[in-house]
Amino acid sequence: MMFETVRGTTSQLRLYRVKSSLNMTERNPRRGCPFKLPALAVVLSLAVIRVAAQTKSGPVSEPVKNGDPVYAELAKAPKKAAARRNPLATDPEAVAAGEKLFASHCAECHGELAQGGKKAPSLVAAEVQHASPGSLFWLLTNGVVRRGMPVWSKLPEPQRWQLVSFIKSLAPVPASTQGGDQSPHP
Amino acid sequence: MRHVFTQRGTEYQSKTFARALIFVLLLWAATLLGPSLQAQESPYIVTYDHYLEEPGSLEVEYFSTFGTQRGGNDFHAFWAEFEYGATAWWTTEVYLDGQTTFNDSTIFTGFRWENRFRILQREHFINPVLYIEYEQISGADKILKEIEGHDIEESNADPNSLARQEHNHEIETKLLLSKTFNGWNIAENTIATKNVTGGNPWEFGYAIGASRPLALKARAKRCSLCPENFVAGVELYGDLGDRHSFGLHETSHYLAPVIAWNLPSDWTLRLSSGFGLNDNSHRLLLRWGVSREFSGFGSAMARLFGARQ
Repeated sequence: MMFETVRGTTSQLRLYRVKSSLNMTERNPRRGCPFKLPALAVVLSLAVIRVAAQTKSGPVSEPVKNGDPVYAELAKAPKKAAARRNPLATDPEAVAAGEKLFASHCAECHGELAQGGKKAPSLVAAEVQHASPGSLFWLLTNGVVRRGMPVWSKLPEPQRWQLVSFIKSLAPVPASTQGGDQSPHP
Repeated sequence: MRHVFTQRGTEYQSKTFARALIFVLLLWAATLLGPSLQAQESPYIVTYDHYLEEPGSLEVEYFSTFGTQRGGNDFHAFWAEFEYGATAWWTTEVYLDGQTTFNDSTIFTGFRWENRFRILQREHFINPVLYIEYEQISGADKILKEIEGHDIEESNADPNSLARQEHNHEIETKLLLSKTFNGWNIAENTIATKNVTGGNPWEFGYAIGASRPLALKARAKRCSLCPENFVAGVELYGDLGDRHSFGLHETSHYLAPVIAWNLPSDWTLRLSSGFGLNDNSHRLLLRWGVSREFSGFGSAMARLFGARQ
C-alpha cells in the first residue's frame, strides 16, 4: 500500500513535470530552448568568418608579391597630398616611435620586419621606398579598403607621420628576394 | 502547485543563464590562445565612429552598466561583445545581454547580431557607415546601449518576472557619420528601430560623441601611463519618440563624459558616467568596460575549418 502510494506520487510528479514543460513551451514557444538562438547566431558568425577568410584577395598561403595592385594605389595620391613633407622628418624620436606603432598596428599583416606577409605586401619594396612621404601618409590615412587595408586615420596625424618615418628608414631590398625572411635593415 | 511551477521555472532560467555564461567563458578562453594586438580604441560606449574592426581581428569586450531607478530597484546590466572584422569594409558582432536587478533576480535577456558596412572606400569630409542589427531581447533588457522611442526610466521599473514575459524581435538601423580632424573625432548616429513582433511603429534615437587622445605624438618607449594611451571625450544620447509622436515628449537624454585607457598589454579599459538630463531619465548610468583585441583570429578559424595553407 505504502509502495503503491509512493509509486502513485512519483507518477503524478512525472505527469506534472511533463505538463509543466508542455505548459512552458505553450506559453512561451521561444523558451523551449532559448540557448539555441544565440548558438545559431555564433555558428552563423563562424560561417561568415570562414567565408571572409577564404574570400580575401589572393590565396591565403602565398605572400603578396611585387607589382601587387596595392602598390599602384600609391600613385593615386593627389598631387597636393603626395607633395606634403613629413613634419617629423628631423625628429630624432620619430623612427623609434614609428617602429613601436608599426609593431602594434602593422606587423600582423606586413610582417615583423615589414617584409610582407600573406595578407599584405612588403614595405621594403622599391615601390614603397621610392614613394614620397606624402603618398605614404595619404595611403595610411585612406587605406585600400577593397584590398583589406583599413583606414588608419584613427591614429592621430603625428603618429601616422611617425609611421612614415619608420617605413622610410627601412632600406629597400632587391625585388628578387622580397617576400622571404630577409632583414629590412641596412 | 503554483509554487512548484514557479520554482521549476526559476531553475530553468538559472540553467539557461548558466549555459550562456559557460558559453561566453569558453569563447573568451579560446580567444586567449590567439595573438593579441594593441588596441587604439575610442572611448565611446554608446556612439559609433566610422572605424571598423581590422580584417581578421576579433575584439572581445565586456561592459557593465549600473543604473539608478526611481520607483523600483537599481540594476546592473552587463553584456559581452564579440566583434569581428570580416573585411576592411564589414564588421560583424554578436552581443549577449544580461542584468541583475537588486532585490530581484539575475537573468539572461537576449542576444543581438550587429553588422556595420563602410560605404565609401576612402576618407572623406564626413564618413558614413551603415549599421544593421537584429535583436532578440526580452522586455527586461536594460543595457541601454541604444535609447530609442519612448525609452524612459519608468519603463525599466517592472520586476524581472513581469518584464521578461515581453519578447522583442527588433531590426535596428543606424546611419553613422564620423570625422577625425586634428586628433578630434566627432561622430553622430541616427537610430531607427522597428519591433517586428507587433504592430509597433518605427522608433528613433540619436547619439553624438566627441573625443581626442590626450597626446597626439607617440613616445618611443613602451609605457602604460603615457598621455597618448588615454582618449577622453563626451557622449550625448537619447530618444526621439516614434513615427506617431516624433519629438522630445516623454523621452530621456543623457550626457556622459567618457575615457578610454589603451594599455600596451593589449587591453582597453573604458569608463563613462552618464547623467540624466530630464525627469524621464535615470539619474545616473555608470558604465565601464574592458576589451581585448586578437589579431589573426580569422586565419586561425580558416585553418580550423580546413582552408588551404
